[in-house]
Amino acid sequence: MKESPAPETAVTAPPAPVRAKTPSRPADRIFASSTVVAGVLILVALASVALFLIAQSIPALIADPAELPTPSTSFWEYVAPLAFGTVWAAVLALIIALPLSLGIALFISHYAPRKVAQTLGYIIDLLAAVPSVVFGLWGIKVFAPFVQPFYEWLVDNLGWIPLFAAPVSGTGRTILTVAIVLAVMVVPIITAVCREVFLQTPVLHEEAALALGATRWEMIRMTVLPFGMPGIISATMLGLGRALGETLVVAMVLSPALVINFVLTGSANPPTIAGNIALNFPEAHGIGVNALIATGLILFIITLLVNLAARVFINRRKAFSGAN
Amino acid sequence: MSAASERTELLGELSSRILVYSALAAGLLVCSPCVHQKHAQLVTVRINRPGSLAAIAVMGTLILTSCATNEMQHTATPGALAGGINGSGASSQGSASDAWVAAFQTDNPAVTINYSPDGSGAGRKAFISGGVAFAGSDSALSTKELAQAFAGCAPGTAAIDLPVYISPIAVIFNVEGVTTLNLDASTLAKIFTSTITRWNDPQILALNPGASLPDATITAVHRSDDSGTTKNFTDYLAQTAPDIWGEAASDTFPYKIGEAAQGTSGVVEAVTNGKNTIGYSDASRAQELGFASIKVGNTFVEFTATAAAKIVADSPLLEGRGASDIAIDLNRTTTDPTHYPLVLVSYLIVCQEYADPKAGDLVKAYAGYIASEAGQTEAERSAGAAPLSADLSATVMAAIETIR
Repeated sequence: MKESPAPETAVTAPPAPVRAKTPSRPADRIFASSTVVAGVLILVALASVALFLIAQSIPALIADPAELPTPSTSFWEYVAPLAFGTVWAAVLALIIALPLSLGIALFISHYAPRKVAQTLGYIIDLLAAVPSVVFGLWGIKVFAPFVQPFYEWLVDNLGWIPLFAAPVSGTGRTILTVAIVLAVMVVPIITAVCREVFLQTPVLHEEAALALGATRWEMIRMTVLPFGMPGIISATMLGLGRALGETLVVAMVLSPALVINFVLTGSANPPTIAGNIALNFPEAHGIGVNALIATGLILFIITLLVNLAARVFINRRKAFSGAN
Repeated sequence: MSAASERTELLGELSSRILVYSALAAGLLVCSPCVHQKHAQLVTVRINRPGSLAAIAVMGTLILTSCATNEMQHTATPGALAGGINGSGASSQGSASDAWVAAFQTDNPAVTINYSPDGSGAGRKAFISGGVAFAGSDSALSTKELAQAFAGCAPGTAAIDLPVYISPIAVIFNVEGVTTLNLDASTLAKIFTSTITRWNDPQILALNPGASLPDATITAVHRSDDSGTTKNFTDYLAQTAPDIWGEAASDTFPYKIGEAAQGTSGVVEAVTNGKNTIGYSDASRAQELGFASIKVGNTFVEFTATAAAKIVADSPLLEGRGASDIAIDLNRTTTDPTHYPLVLVSYLIVCQEYADPKAGDLVKAYAGYIASEAGQTEAERSAGAAPLSADLSATVMAAIETIR
């Protein structure tokens, strides 16, 4: 773009028309303007969603708290367990999914034989294509009844840890179950990104590390992981985004109650914002609709903050990654 | 790189194949009403290559158009009624409403009725503002609502409530080795407030002499979404065990304890797959599970459709309302053992007199069909509702006659 206004500085005219000719091709202009349109469109969509959320939230924020779906002293008291549950479920899911994804990605990129790696890659990608309603059904019908006895064991034997405080849920439909199902859904996303990033590690770095006598694990620790760090963070944020916003699985599997607690195996679990909207919107009316939309605004803000934090972190790490 | 492109190719092929099959399936489904006609033969063409998507699409269109032409011939017979009305409201009536609308439109081909199950509150609100011609609601209009002007009704006239849908609520349980269970209101309230937490609690044992109840934790499952079922269940407990159940009837389960599950099917699923569970759901949806008998007077009453219909028929009407307004004051504290007190009554809310006489005619005919024996049988078949008793049906019919 900067080269085009060359005639201004150039004293001699001749080269100018040659350069000016290139950007004037119709295909170029069409392409350039269509990318601009695409870029603007996404901003417009985002802005209109944000505007809608803010405009529709205001009535709930200024309304008499007694009119809220669950009577509370203020809107913030209503939204607090929801916001907590959203973050808590997503963090639990990431704690489970991240090590697993890194392991799978490293296995595919650096350990497995080519054939195996390829097949595994297909299977992981296939997992990403399973719709969440199917995961939800699987969670209710298969997984929750399957893990319930384990929860019973945990509560009986490790009940002194606050995370596993009694009583145990009789159906297994707890926040830990939801977090595990969410982790299964998030693993393919994180794995796919990490795998691609790990494959980009400069071979020279790897060979240099090996030549210096590093074992394979040391080589990965010294070259692949530092190089891939921004990618790992981006992948984590993508996964976190999906876990924060996942609606159907939470609505179907979780046994919610508007409480804030850290118990992983009980019946009363903090609900998530998205799940709560899905559960209560169908019968909501009046100020209840606005209250639900206002919780949506909170989710929007949480997601925004998480993404900003990730951006800041990636920018700070860039200098040390060896990527440049 | 080549691996990646190979993969996309594979995926592309897969997805196009899925598209083809789903197009074919959609064609079959859409066309199923006319399958008995000879056009169905077209469908047996075999598809070998995924590339023939376009061919399928063309074929689908052909089948569809042929369907449409067949339908046209049916509609040739003119009905006495014509036009369209919209309704909105309780989702409890949703599946029955679908069946009613389908049957009514078959009898009156020129009529279009839409019912959107947006919830009782939303339905009543839309009806008051004149947005819909009738509302479905799990509770009758309140006196406050009745005092308002109804935008769709003739000026100065009120709206009336017609009980048209009775759905018994069953207390379902899944306890190993237990097939019958007797409960009274106070025990039920204590179970759902976690005051009683073990199945072998003395209070439960006293109601079930000789039963082998396990020494296990009770998992009580309630609805996690707003629902008329919860409202009627909590209303029953609030009326019959007020000293234990400290909350008023509400759409959302009022306590922050116990297990919660989404929708009727979610509760049934949780009770079925869980251990030592108990829950409540529409009776029609939980046939495989054990039903608890509820203590009425001095006997334990098992749920039956007749007993559910009877309590609605025998309950007094709310006082101080119009002559055609049949708002029932459910007597849940009944002691008559022919009554089953855990029922949900859903109303059709209509104008006494419509501003638009055409809409009035349509609503009158539609409501007349719903309250008729045919309509009630349809609701029993499609949604497992308890049909109105003969007396109540006659009362409702008389009220419908006054609609103008």
